Amino acid sequence: MEQEQFTVTVFSEDNIGLLNRITDIFTRRKINIDSLTTSASETEGIFRFTVVISTTLANVKRIVKQLEKQVEVLKAFYYDEEDIIFQEVALYKISTQALAQSKAVEKIIRANYARILTVEPEFMVIEKTGHESETQDLFEQLKPYGILSFVRSGRVAIAKPMKRLSSYLAELGQTL
Amino acid sequence: MNAQAQKVATPAGEQSHTSPRKVSGAEALILSLLAEGVDTIFGYPGGAIMPVYDSLYHYTDQVNHILTRHEQGATHAAQGYARLAKKAGVCFATSGPGATNLITGIADAQIDSTPLVCITGQVASHLLGSDAFQETDIIGISNPVTKWNFQVTRAEEIPATIAKAFYIAQNGRPGPVLIDITKDAQFGVLDFEYKKCEKIRSYRPVPQLNQGQVLQAAQLINQAQKPMILMGQGVSLAEAENDLQTFVEKTGIPVASTLLGLSSFSTHHPLYVGFLGMHGNYGPNIKTNEADLLIAVGMRFDDRVTGDLSRYAQQAKVIHIEIDPAEIDKNVKADVPVIGDAKEALQALLPLVKARSHQDWLKEFDNCQKVENEKVVSKTMQPSTPKLKMAEVVQALSDQTKGKAVIVTDVGQHQMIASRYYQFDQPNSNITSGGLGTMGFALPAAMGAKIARSDREVVAIIGDGGFQMTAQELGTLMQYQIPVKMIILNNSFLGMVRQWQELFFDRRYSFTEMVNPDFVALAKSFHIGAQRVEERNQLGEGLQNMLAHQGSFLLEVVVEKETNVFPMVPTGESISNIRLE
Ligand SMILES: Cc1ncc(C[n+]2csc(CCOP(=O)(O)OP(=O)(O)O)c2C)c(N)n1
Ligand SMILES: [Mg+2]
Repeated sequence: MEQEQFTVTVFSEDNIGLLNRITDIFTRRKINIDSLTTSASETEGIFRFTVVISTTLANVKRIVKQLEKQVEVLKAFYYDEEDIIFQEVALYKISTQALAQSKAVEKIIRANYARILTVEPEFMVIEKTGHESETQDLFEQLKPYGILSFVRSGRVAIAKPMKRLSSYLAELGQTL
Repeated sequence: MNAQAQKVATPAGEQSHTSPRKVSGAEALILSLLAEGVDTIFGYPGGAIMPVYDSLYHYTDQVNHILTRHEQGATHAAQGYARLAKKAGVCFATSGPGATNLITGIADAQIDSTPLVCITGQVASHLLGSDAFQETDIIGISNPVTKWNFQVTRAEEIPATIAKAFYIAQNGRPGPVLIDITKDAQFGVLDFEYKKCEKIRSYRPVPQLNQGQVLQAAQLINQAQKPMILMGQGVSLAEAENDLQTFVEKTGIPVASTLLGLSSFSTHHPLYVGFLGMHGNYGPNIKTNEADLLIAVGMRFDDRVTGDLSRYAQQAKVIHIEIDPAEIDKNVKADVPVIGDAKEALQALLPLVKARSHQDWLKEFDNCQKVENEKVVSKTMQPSTPKLKMAEVVQALSDQTKGKAVIVTDVGQHQMIASRYYQFDQPNSNITSGGLGTMGFALPAAMGAKIARSDREVVAIIGDGGFQMTAQELGTLMQYQIPVKMIILNNSFLGMVRQWQELFFDRRYSFTEMVNPDFVALAKSFHIGAQRVEERNQLGEGLQNMLAHQGSFLLEVVVEKETNVFPMVPTGESISNIRLE
């Protein structure tokens, strides 16, 4: 079966050990985690993991069930790109000189709808929010001017379907 | 117990329900275990769990602690105990090596769904992460092999954590839980009050039956011409043996069993058609690929059962009755999943299924059995060789115990032979390491089983190799006078591996031959009765001596060295290509 990229979201209790349990479920199948983000959710006390992986549809279905099998996981979902709105943020550190020397950097920043977070005497930090291809694109454009440091966040995603976590849980006979 | 000790600790008593009293974390642990009805603990002390052992010292009139000779033995004993007592087995171990020694048994319990509550001591919380003496990250290590685990760093967390541990271990699909308690939490003081855990918001142990699924399943069952039931351990975990029998007798559907399902349905029942899988019976394996409907009850389509999945039951519709939703479609696609407790599911199906019989279909199984009898069974039961064969020993044991003993098997050829030839006639009579295949399981597991059910005859059947993996537990048998019967089927080989070497590696017997100790002398050094049987004509008497003996007894039976277990589905093959010789 064909590999596709999926975004898996997991809603869980807020417990330190759970992160390992969750990543184990992917890694024991030798599935590389492209990105992983943890954060609070809209419900107090409920934690949210957003995991991006590439695998087959059949596998992601099995994985979601194995995630839900964890005692402290309330619910897990998988989505393909169509089902979600998602973003990543990237930061680029380049020398301030580069900006001063040529107008090109400024143009690149404008054209990519990126923004400058700070300008220090030696370096400046540019921020770009978008999909991986977009932040990568900016990376390629800035490369000739010398990127001192680069970092990209994991994906954050919101699902399009309107059903809320609480209604899923109600169906399962669980309450928050 | 001395008088002073009694003064220090007033056992739980009724008062604890109303007015909390101040106790140490260690004592709170013992009180929590008592509140859960724990009567037996298998364990081994050490520095990081000493406060707990010190508290335990004051409660030995209320709980039985068995000092095993190795922490692995404690886990297997707790597993054997859990399987027969039908509740969680409890283990204690210290931090570091004590804790890591538990891992094999915990992994075994995880894959075979056995409820365990394992308590480990841990270095004081201010030392965590500093590579302190005997510090090991047992939470990290045990993550993949536990149903749940938790590290307690404050005394006040103990009662609620233990309550949660028992709830999780024993409800839904059972499994092992590990609670790691830092030494300062054991010394800390709390107001003890115990409330049993009745619910965890993130965990629904028993999914509610979906009536639609039940109706669909009933429809498939009523239409089927060649249906077959695949029974797993879920039947005994749900205590659904009688429900299964009623269902089977109404529907007339033949029943085959997985390794862990064995004994949940009498082998003498006319609708019992045998043992599934790699060394199972010919009929049920072949017929899986001819049936039009498979009804899987509490089993997980392990690869030892299915062989090559792409050639497994492609023609059949599949009903999968299973408590764990993650098992549905994991290996075999279910046309109709029935998610829930096996007992509830069978009871819900019963009024919806028609009373039928499948005589022609059953006859096909009979014919297969005839083939198997001729090609396999007769050769191994009435061998022309001078040396005894394993099957003869198991058959004789089965006859002498009338199929009513608890058979605890280790891992290897003897395990498969015991599973094939012991004629189980009573539920809860088969204890083995299935999913993990842990050599060294049987002796300690038999110990735990006997403690759980002293009224039953418990016979461990063990290979010469596996026996030596946990042989030190003979010391435990001796110290606590646990009357377990042990049969070593001694072929001086790691027989099962040798069989594969013979069949698939051109007889290159790479490190499988064993020079063994004098097992009889070994047992005697522990003051355990023992006898060696080498000749066919000594077998009956040897077994009689063993069974008649008051205490534990070891019967070493010297069997033919190089013989293979058949039938066999070679790894990666289709079950249709099961080999009879
Ligand atoms: C702990 C462990 N190590 C290795 C194995 C692999 N293994 C499976 S069966 C077997 C041979 C067992 O030999 P023995 O106990 O003498 O039993 P026999 O097959 O001869 O009846 C081995 C080594 C295992 N299952 N468990
Ligand atoms: Mg052997």
